[in-house]
Amino acid sequence: MAERRFEISRIPGFATIAVATFVMLYLPIAALVTFSFNAGNSVAVWEGFSLHWYADAWNNQAVKDATARSLIIAVCAAVISTTVATLAAMGTTRRARFRGDTFIYVAINQPLMVPEIVTAVALMILFGMVKEATGYQGLGYLILAHSAFCIPFAYLPIRARLEGMDLSLETAAGDLYATPWQTFRHVTLPLLGPGILAGAMLAFVISLDDVIITEFVKSGGQDTLPTYMLGQLRRTMTPEVNAISTALLALTVVLLTIFFLLTRKRD
Amino acid sequence: MTEAVTIEARNAVKAFGQGDHVVRALDDVSIQIRKGEFFTLLGPSGCGKTTLLRLIAGFEMPTSGTILLDGADITDLPPNRRPVNTVFQSYALFPHLTVAENVGFGLTMQGRPKAEVKARVAEMLALVKLEAMAGRKTSQLSGGQQQRVALARALAPQPKVLLLDEPLSALDLKLRKEMQVELKRLQTETGITFIFVTHDQEEALTMSDRVGVMSAGKLQQVGSPKEIYTRPVNRFVASFIGETNFLPATVVAGGVRLSTGDVVEVATAAMGTVTLTVRPEQVRIVGAGEAGAISARVKFLVYFGTDTHCHLALADGTEVVARVQSPASGEAGIVEGSEIGIRFAPGAAQVLED
Repeated sequence: MAERRFEISRIPGFATIAVATFVMLYLPIAALVTFSFNAGNSVAVWEGFSLHWYADAWNNQAVKDATARSLIIAVCAAVISTTVATLAAMGTTRRARFRGDTFIYVAINQPLMVPEIVTAVALMILFGMVKEATGYQGLGYLILAHSAFCIPFAYLPIRARLEGMDLSLETAAGDLYATPWQTFRHVTLPLLGPGILAGAMLAFVISLDDVIITEFVKSGGQDTLPTYMLGQLRRTMTPEVNAISTALLALTVVLLTIFFLLTRKRD
Repeated sequence: MTEAVTIEARNAVKAFGQGDHVVRALDDVSIQIRKGEFFTLLGPSGCGKTTLLRLIAGFEMPTSGTILLDGADITDLPPNRRPVNTVFQSYALFPHLTVAENVGFGLTMQGRPKAEVKARVAEMLALVKLEAMAGRKTSQLSGGQQQRVALARALAPQPKVLLLDEPLSALDLKLRKEMQVELKRLQTETGITFIFVTHDQEEALTMSDRVGVMSAGKLQQVGSPKEIYTRPVNRFVASFIGETNFLPATVVAGGVRLSTGDVVEVATAAMGTVTLTVRPEQVRIVGAGEAGAISARVKFLVYFGTDTHCHLALADGTEVVARVQSPASGEAGIVEGSEIGIRFAPGAAQVLED
């Protein structure tokens, strides 16, 4: 006899709510993808199938530049924030609890709590002063800003992985003549690998997607893909934006698939 | 013949906590462990035996005191610079490495040539009979096989001392018995000094050359299993190892007087109030009123198969347990309620100072 327990699927209206939720989640994306193949200029009226918006986007120098910039920033931000997050996770899980350690978690996760617009304005003012003083106008500001707000996204999966790790493995490595560095290199890091990869991918996707901070911090001519698309809205919107969005979506799906395949439990 | 000392602890103290909450996990322990012996640290949980092991391994630093290896002070050496390896209670096998890579880990970290590592790994896997498993991940092995990998891994670098932290506690009874024999064989074959930590007194008695009994952070007694069992130095050792009777007594000329007034002949240098201890199997049951016997009454019997435990009451109510061979079926045995006499086997009773 089956155990009787609370089953959410028995609640009246369960199916309706479920269907409505999926429609709300995926219908907009379906519409976006569909109209990226529209032959006409409208993002609302279907005029036949065509790939020409993809070709237009591909041949648009502004889109190419923005994509290159987005990728450079996202890769740099992912590498920097993951490195910092790994160190932070090691520092916060590899020691006894102490008075005020909660404060450290809050400090590390600050970007998740402070409204992004506040950080954006603050960065704009600070970097404005630095730009004035140094004359440097490059991508460094964006990389720095992205790295900072990506840290918590990289930190959380790495910390979760570290907390689930048996500390006696590192003790055992030390017992077997591994120096602290060898222990990190041959035991901690390989076991931490999936967590670090997850953190880096999350950071990459978050950076790729950012609008608010980028919009405030960028210098003239430093559009990333999202800020370029935002700029397009102010003019006439064409399915070119749909095409770019669809390409971004495809990239994200590919990354998530790779991540899933890499972290899947191997037999 | 003086035997060479491999590991020595001198006045080792390990305190945890601060201020009013200091706990002395290890309280001024001095011990010498001889080269090539199977030494067991025995005691209840929290007695400090694992702390002592961790000090020898270098995982923890003593609050005060010294640890010596072959006469050299190693107190400040980190674990990776001590020729001492550990078999962990949880095995702590590296899950991302194969069995062979686990066994070769220590040698690889020491920077030994690849060919040497390979040869030594093969030799070790043969020693623990796991040649066929070399390429497996450790998660694919059974508990007993993981235990063997942990042993092979710790023995591969040929340490001067092997530390074993309750390595058999996760195994079921049958496997535990097999591993006890296996461990003894490995120790004899390799000639390496084993320091084995356990709370299981039977394990300690059957496997060890010498046993150190610990309680409350202190070393209570060190000796061969036989010495520990037959000549316990105090009440704790007597009661922790095996079962025993404690009888309140006073020292008189030529022996001690029990609370019943009976005098038991026993050699002692103690004075005043003492405790007389005697193992149940050393209590002989004789006829009531026999000359020199202490009179007792059978309260109840507990049948254990080969043996029967007779719970007896002396004239003043003091309880004594005697262990006798169970009578063959049909043979008349001791019955509940009968009046009998008891004697202690010569030299079996022992005086403990209170």
